[in-house]
Amino acid sequence: MNFVWLVLALPLVGALLNGLCGRYFSKRVVGLIGCSSVGLAFAISIWTLLELVGGSDRSVIQTLFNWIAVGNFSVDVRLLVDPLSTLMILVVTGVGFLIHVFSVGYMNHDPNYHRYFSWLNLFTFSMLVLVLASNFLLLFVGWELVGLCSYLLIGFWFTRPSAAAAASKAFIVNRIGDFGFILGIFLIFAIFGTLDYSTVFSLLGIQTYSTTIMTTITLLLFVGAIGKSAQIPLYVWLPDAMEGPTPVSALIHAATMVTAGVYMIARTHALYQLAPFTLEIVAIIGALTAILAASIALVNNDIKRVLAYSTVSQLGYMFLATGVGSYTAGMFHLTSHAFMKALLFLGSGSVMHAMADETDMRKMGGLRSKIPWTWAVFLVGVLAMSGIPPLVGFFSKDLILEKVIFSGNTLLWGVGLFTAMLTAFYLLRAYFMTFHGKPRYDEKKIHPHESPPVMLWPLRILALLSIAGGALWVAVFGFSFTPLDNFLAPVFKDVVHVNAEQPEPLFSESTLILFSVLVALVGIGIAYLVYVRGFRLSEGVRKIFHPVYLILSRKYFVDELYNWVIVKPLQLLSRFLASIFDLTILDGLINGIGRLIGWTGGVFRSLQAGYIRSYAAWVLLGTLGILIYLLLR
Amino acid sequence: MLSLITFLPAFGALLIGLIPRERKTGIRSMAIAISLLTLALSFGLFMTFDSVHLGMQFEEQAQWIPQIGITYHVGVDGISLFLIMLTTFLVPLLLFAPWDAIRDRIKLFSMMLLILETAVIGVFISLDLVLFYIFWEAMLIPMYFIIGIWGGERGSYAAIKFFLYTMSTSVLMLVAIIVLYFVGGNTFDLMQLKKVGLDSTLQLWLFGAFAAAFAVKVPLWPFHSWLPDAYSEAPTSGTILLSAIMSKAGLYGLIRFGLTLFPSALLQFGPYLLALALIGVIYGALVAWAQKDLKRLVAYSSISHLGLVAMGIFAFTLATVTHASGIGASSTTVNNPSVLSLTGSVMQMINHGIIIAALFLILAILWDRFGKRGLNDFGGLAEKMPRFMTLFLFVMLASVALPGTNGFVGEFLILLGTFMSKYQVYAIIAATIAVLSAVYMLWMTQRSFHGPVSDAVERSGVKDLSGREAWLLIPLVILILWMGIFPNLWLSRIRPSVEDLLSQAQAHVQLTTHQAEKNP
Repeated sequence: MNFVWLVLALPLVGALLNGLCGRYFSKRVVGLIGCSSVGLAFAISIWTLLELVGGSDRSVIQTLFNWIAVGNFSVDVRLLVDPLSTLMILVVTGVGFLIHVFSVGYMNHDPNYHRYFSWLNLFTFSMLVLVLASNFLLLFVGWELVGLCSYLLIGFWFTRPSAAAAASKAFIVNRIGDFGFILGIFLIFAIFGTLDYSTVFSLLGIQTYSTTIMTTITLLLFVGAIGKSAQIPLYVWLPDAMEGPTPVSALIHAATMVTAGVYMIARTHALYQLAPFTLEIVAIIGALTAILAASIALVNNDIKRVLAYSTVSQLGYMFLATGVGSYTAGMFHLTSHAFMKALLFLGSGSVMHAMADETDMRKMGGLRSKIPWTWAVFLVGVLAMSGIPPLVGFFSKDLILEKVIFSGNTLLWGVGLFTAMLTAFYLLRAYFMTFHGKPRYDEKKIHPHESPPVMLWPLRILALLSIAGGALWVAVFGFSFTPLDNFLAPVFKDVVHVNAEQPEPLFSESTLILFSVLVALVGIGIAYLVYVRGFRLSEGVRKIFHPVYLILSRKYFVDELYNWVIVKPLQLLSRFLASIFDLTILDGLINGIGRLIGWTGGVFRSLQAGYIRSYAAWVLLGTLGILIYLLLR
Repeated sequence: MLSLITFLPAFGALLIGLIPRERKTGIRSMAIAISLLTLALSFGLFMTFDSVHLGMQFEEQAQWIPQIGITYHVGVDGISLFLIMLTTFLVPLLLFAPWDAIRDRIKLFSMMLLILETAVIGVFISLDLVLFYIFWEAMLIPMYFIIGIWGGERGSYAAIKFFLYTMSTSVLMLVAIIVLYFVGGNTFDLMQLKKVGLDSTLQLWLFGAFAAAFAVKVPLWPFHSWLPDAYSEAPTSGTILLSAIMSKAGLYGLIRFGLTLFPSALLQFGPYLLALALIGVIYGALVAWAQKDLKRLVAYSSISHLGLVAMGIFAFTLATVTHASGIGASSTTVNNPSVLSLTGSVMQMINHGIIIAALFLILAILWDRFGKRGLNDFGGLAEKMPRFMTLFLFVMLASVALPGTNGFVGEFLILLGTFMSKYQVYAIIAATIAVLSAVYMLWMTQRSFHGPVSDAVERSGVKDLSGREAWLLIPLVILILWMGIFPNLWLSRIRPSVEDLLSQAQAHVQLTTHQAEKNP
């Protein structure tokens, strides 16, 4: 446990080494530094896990140094190791490590190899700061740093205008969320007089605080989560983030960054438990985001963007879980999603590698035989995410739906179930378009080839995790094996279920499972009919649905809406202030006053020679005069 | 010691005056040597500074014109200490800078720079109002010449505008100083004057006069209209001196004289002043976004950031003995959020000096390569100049107050302190600076440094930073990170002085109200 600081230090050292001296290293060395720093951090994380499970203390604190101290405000750089943060560092370093290894192959031809690995390590470091923080301000440091790293990596190919724009968009949208978050931190300090988790949470047990204040604090923090975890209305940056290299997308979507919001709520659940209204909002936003993003994914033709909207949608599930007070279910889905989404993104990276960086699925098809390993692992990812038993996604998603309906939110459960069907459809659609049917690319120009082992091994491991990960939490048909729940339990022991006297659920647990599987199969079936069998709706029906398709394919016109309602008016205001107000009115006023004085001064023309030195002389003379007066008085 | 540090640069200027103007290397080495010696001495000041001691240190006091009570009274506390160090740190950097069209009249330039250094340090250490006023006005003259002689095409216009604008308001301050002399018992000594309880109406007028001079110097909205012209027309060294150091003289004046002599007026004016500062924060950021000229963009961003520093000063409130629900609240600690905001302001003054100096140096490096500074004149520079880009990145991040850089520490403390005071709403609105500053800085990065390599950049056969250029920026970047990660080195020296200043201000307010009750 004493070495936990190394989990942070190793990626940081890796980032510094590659960042400062990377250009003098060979690619092999750069890759080795990049991967081993995270790999070693993962090893230490496992050690930490073993110590935590073996020891009696389930929450250990390690203070590194005092960061800011002014008066009664003092914040330490202090790490908190408990089951929750341990789970997170395992996911971050574990999945992160696989993504680093994959990058060795994927980025092999990039001239800025060392910069890439430096930033990748920095990204991992930032996320680790976020999850290991023991106070709100240090959490915020990690929170902002991941924002920075996403900016750097999304804009990694900054010579492309679209990448540069996407990077700026990501940072600014994140900053809007952070604005809420920092106000939340201010309010916490104003109310509790400290930013330390343990002090704040223990104060909650000692004193009573008004629900209004708790609601305000939690809502403000949630604004930050909305930005970071790409929920309505701030999700717009994530799909554009596809401009970055594909492993970066995997890192953002699976291991780092977007899971921060879910983690933050789980970490500060003691506050959220006291704000039922906020929890309701969290659940509703989660459910809405889940279905909205899934619906956009239905019609998108870019393989990476489909996966991006899928992430937004799955994050919605996680918020739905936390919103109904089931933080462990949210954390389970976070973990399982990390496996599956890393697999899918790296898989799509492998596809792009085979297809000369093509991402448009309309120009793919029939790749199954060309890249069999990629095909196999991608299929595993797609099925897992669709919720087919006994893959990991089935268990985690089913758990969330079960918790939602048992909390009495039948409507939200319905939304979740319907979204599950959409999910199965759009994922299988992507799968069929990519791997089945006839090749739609120019076979003379593009010769798909399987990726090298350095890229395939991470995929295989992630596929295994996606298959077997369900073992973390199996609770079906009365059978129960829940190591993850038991592990996390000490953190959430204070969670009393809000509505203790739940209404009798509509369905039994077993029925629910059947429902889940059924909708997944229906989604898959439709995708199969349409994209493999070539089933087409009649012309009339298609006409009716055309407007729907248009709205979906234009992503509900949200980007356009924001542009016209927020960006353009602000830009106009800015131009007005700059060119008219500042230069003409304000400056004109000042010059006018000057001229007025000059005109009045015409009377004293003899005094006004128009030279600075004569002004200066007059001022000096005046001063001297006063001084002499004082002396002689 | 203090006088030595103050007058050494001026003495150096005299020595340079003796060197024939042809011996440029000699002049240059002399100037650099003198400025480095001053830096070393100020570092000694820092080392021997006692962070526990309250009140002034290294005080020197002597009769000067005893007939009317003018004294030579100087001293340093945690507030002025780092401003002096900022000055002594930046001046050698400017002398090292290899560019500027100053190559022809290097002698005059070096002299002006050193005289200015003396004047600025003098402003930061003066504890006598007349002494302060003399140094204050003395800053103007070398600055006027630097803008006028070495400035751009409209240099003389900008210089005159700057001169008249600041001069006219300084005269107001002079009048106020003389009034203070009469009502304060025939003394110009700050330490004496602060014991005098002034009538609150008179305080308002006097404070108004002082504040006008200071606000123009910073400048605070809406007194900023000299700034874009002066900043963009001045040569790089002039711009850096104006933005990094002289703007601090105005803010420093607000703290040292505003809070010490007129705290009641500050309390009464607080909401209005805060409103002006807040407008400056938002306005500067919005206007910066619309600029087509990088130097003007940075200039307006400076208005925004300085507005925030001013907010931290204006958010002055009286301490209340609170029993906040924090742990250990049982002890009756005097809890004044102004300690946070004012400490943040002082810290941010230093931060801003470093960041803005680095930003203008960066623009100077570009100007030196391309002779351009338009927003759309570049493109793809990051591809061609990776070292430059890395250093720029740190500076940009500090400017948008990313945690881990010094900008965050200062802005966070200012906003937190203001939020904790009764001016909560102002803090909430001002916190949008996090978004707005990101908008214009990222916009600038995207337009100028990202994107495809433009033809103009390609044709010019651009080179990455030379070692010398890099080493101008590296110390600034190191400070940005150091102050961001280990700020306590600075904060622990600033805070006691801030607390001391605030408690004295509190006593002063009580004295004033007490007097008002006695003589209704």
